Amino acid sequence: MSSTLLNVEELQVHFKVYGGILKVLNDVALTVNEKEKVGLIGESGCGKTTTMKAIMRILPWNAIVPKAKIYFKGKDIMKMSDSELKRLRRRSISMIFQDPTAALNPVFKIRDQLFDIVKYANLEMGKNLSKKEIEEEAIRLLREAALPEPERILDSYPFQLSGGMRQRVCIAMALASAHELLIADEPGTSLDVTIEDQILRLLKQIVEEKRTSIILISHALGAVKGFVDRVYVMYAGCIVESARTPDLFREPLHPYTKGLLAAVPKLTGGGIPSGIKGRVPDYMNPPLGCRFVTRCEYAMPICEKKQPRMIKAGNDHEVACFLYGE
Amino acid sequence: MSSENILEVINLKKYFKVSKGIIKAVDDISFNVKYGETFGLVGESGSGKSTTGHIIVGLYAPTSGKILFEGRDISMGVERRPLALKKKIQMVFQDPATSLNPKRTVRQIIELPLKVHGICHGDTTQKVAELLQMVELPVEYMERYPTELGGGEKQMVAIARALAVNPSFIVLDEPTSALDVSIQAKIINMLMRVQKEFNLSYLFITHNLSLMRNVASRVAIMYLGKIVELASTEEFFYNPLHPYTKMLLSSIPVITDEEEAMKPKKIISTGEIPGALNVPPGCSFHPRCPERLEVCDKIEPCMLEIAPGHFVKCHLYNSARA
Amino acid sequence: MLEKLKDLGILSPRKAEDYKKAWYKFSRNPLSVAGLVIVIVVVALAILAPYVTPYPHHAEYYVDFANANQPPSLAHPFGTDQFGRDVLTRIIFGFRYSLMMAATVLAIVTPPGVILGLIAGYYRDRWIDTVIMRIADIFVAVPPLVLALSICAVLEPNIFNAMMAVSLMWWPWYTRLVYSMASSLRMEPFVQAAEIIGASKIHIMFKEILPNCLGAILTKVTLDAAWVIILGSALSFVGLGAQPPTPDLGTMLSDGAKYMPTIWWITVFPAIAIAVIVLGFNLLGDGIRDIYAAEAR
Repeated sequence: MSSTLLNVEELQVHFKVYGGILKVLNDVALTVNEKEKVGLIGESGCGKTTTMKAIMRILPWNAIVPKAKIYFKGKDIMKMSDSELKRLRRRSISMIFQDPTAALNPVFKIRDQLFDIVKYANLEMGKNLSKKEIEEEAIRLLREAALPEPERILDSYPFQLSGGMRQRVCIAMALASAHELLIADEPGTSLDVTIEDQILRLLKQIVEEKRTSIILISHALGAVKGFVDRVYVMYAGCIVESARTPDLFREPLHPYTKGLLAAVPKLTGGGIPSGIKGRVPDYMNPPLGCRFVTRCEYAMPICEKKQPRMIKAGNDHEVACFLYGE
Repeated sequence: MSSENILEVINLKKYFKVSKGIIKAVDDISFNVKYGETFGLVGESGSGKSTTGHIIVGLYAPTSGKILFEGRDISMGVERRPLALKKKIQMVFQDPATSLNPKRTVRQIIELPLKVHGICHGDTTQKVAELLQMVELPVEYMERYPTELGGGEKQMVAIARALAVNPSFIVLDEPTSALDVSIQAKIINMLMRVQKEFNLSYLFITHNLSLMRNVASRVAIMYLGKIVELASTEEFFYNPLHPYTKMLLSSIPVITDEEEAMKPKKIISTGEIPGALNVPPGCSFHPRCPERLEVCDKIEPCMLEIAPGHFVKCHLYNSARA
Repeated sequence: MLEKLKDLGILSPRKAEDYKKAWYKFSRNPLSVAGLVIVIVVVALAILAPYVTPYPHHAEYYVDFANANQPPSLAHPFGTDQFGRDVLTRIIFGFRYSLMMAATVLAIVTPPGVILGLIAGYYRDRWIDTVIMRIADIFVAVPPLVLALSICAVLEPNIFNAMMAVSLMWWPWYTRLVYSMASSLRMEPFVQAAEIIGASKIHIMFKEILPNCLGAILTKVTLDAAWVIILGSALSFVGLGAQPPTPDLGTMLSDGAKYMPTIWWITVFPAIAIAVIVLGFNLLGDGIRDIYAAEAR
């Protein structure tokens, strides 16, 4: 296969809060290859966004990182200097957030916000663009994000655009500096279904054309299914399963993945299944062993004592569960 | 006719005056809800589905049109409704984080309807505990604050509050769209169970068609304040007629191949919902419609009953009949 | 089963835990803690003034020209004034008047201000809203010192009238604060839910809306304490507040101003005292806001 672009190993992130420490991420490991589309699914609060913030090194002040190995093209992001980080964010990795309204500054025109990004992204590549070149590049990016009348968009304030258009502007901004990896954190969740569908189709088309890697974070399983090559399933700060997309949806192995897939209401009907009993564990005192043990219907004595490691369960299919060996 | 309907909505309109003009949030819609059924109202943001729900519980008074509840006219705001009526119609809101007062304990929240309607005098502990058990929450939660509960648990408290007065009709306004799927399943199952237990009628408002497929017996779909298609659930999903319904169905992300096969293939979502202030003339869907005819931007189509109980508002079927 | 739960204490409210949590949020910022310490010290000094001051009798009619205008020394750490009275003693007694002024004004002003704001906010866009808010506007429009001057001129200049004057112009700020909060809170689903249930207006205003405004009100009360102290001192400074020989910080300032800069200690120490109280209340107010801000998120 093609070479590794991003490799995360043993990532732990804790948060200091009232009453103690939330042990949120527990040895998260994931890999993104070049030109690969990777999905990260999990329910709210499972640590998807925290993982991405750790990769971008934009964790909030009360975060503690006891252990982390995050390699981007062989270089450890955790050890990068400020200038190296800036370079990374300006030309290699970029992020699209869930809520485009919050991601754009309401008091500046799109022109002002996009031009800066284009200017510095190109400066980092050693190209000092003139004002005219910047404008041309900005218009090209907006076109790429399938926005009609880019000239008019440039002179608009965010509130003059619809939700879908705002998200497209955010995509254009991300494209300016994402030459190798794009992180899309629930890019359509705050939008309507028909608009979300459009945004996802656009993103897929763009990354395939530009041969960029993408990590698509979502809690909507269906959105991930039609998009990515490989999926990681996250539960309570742990990666519990990873597989190629068709394999995961056809043959989920981890009890959590099974429960999650079963809980999605089907268009074909058949009623609503029972969901997953219990609640997400308390991050302050997570279970010693598998974090899913309190909700798992196959729980065994060993699950309470030992943390399962990711084991190979098929071609490109890994699962962290004692049901499949140790 | 009216004997089997708990709720009848007739030519309901709700216009809001804003500085730039008039927003027709709900524009001449009619439907009815039968005793003991779950009637689904689907639509995207700005379609007027939530406004419709709000009018039924009385948060807004309608601009014109009628709402009959058990044959009685209730088209007035909540302030002018008699207390006995408020006891019968309840609502569950979309986001439990805002529908529960963060400064009041679970007990205080559930106690309020009991006290207002004189269901319980003196010590309410017993009754509140029963309600918590009914929604499958531990009794220990009584003295907790909503902020200390998970999203799903908060929504269960909100449901317990709605059930406290023993209502006969509940408006469910996107009750699970702020929640995770695994929790959604649990809440929906609980809602279906209490519906049977107490013979409740639901108006279920959501944008999630897959969910609607599994809960509703009849479905109406709204676009820019108007109902464009109304049918029994089976009809609606297996024989969608309106191009907007087809577009919505084809946009849903699904996880199995059988579902994929069910989606209308030809229609791909394009365009966005226009602002509520500049609703297109004629059929308001025509700028996004892939099957547009010449008349569509001139004349508004009227509602036609294509098959028994299957209504659609589209010129395609108008001309087919003519 | 319920009886058992009650015995276990599970069903009893857990206030202690709430206070601990509030203190955690408050103490994140060392400046807030400093503010709290300042306010506690000032309040304690004011209450215990007769016992902690070196010359408690200097707070009343007392003349000792032999020791007048003494610079700071061990016997008089802040020196003595033109009548030979100990400045430190008078400052500590001065705290009493400043705090009393603040407490009285805020106690008079807050309840009606808050209640009017609640009513106007809940009935937004009805006639009652217009009436209340326009009256509030009228009071806001009059400059505070001008109003105080006219009241004291018509009646007589004393601390009671000064407080009356300050209270008259102060209540609308509470009305406006609560008005803006209540008029947005009334659209919150939890208020709508209470309306659908059929709860009374009184319940909705006082049990649903008001508790959510308390944080902001408490913050404002604390910050306003500082403002009332400044205003009270200003009134005394121009001779409309406390009358001699009452040891008031503002009066002391104005008395000492004539002797600047030679006999600087009569003026500088009271001025520092005012600054310290004001700073204390301001920092405390910020801390209280932190408690509620974190909760809102």
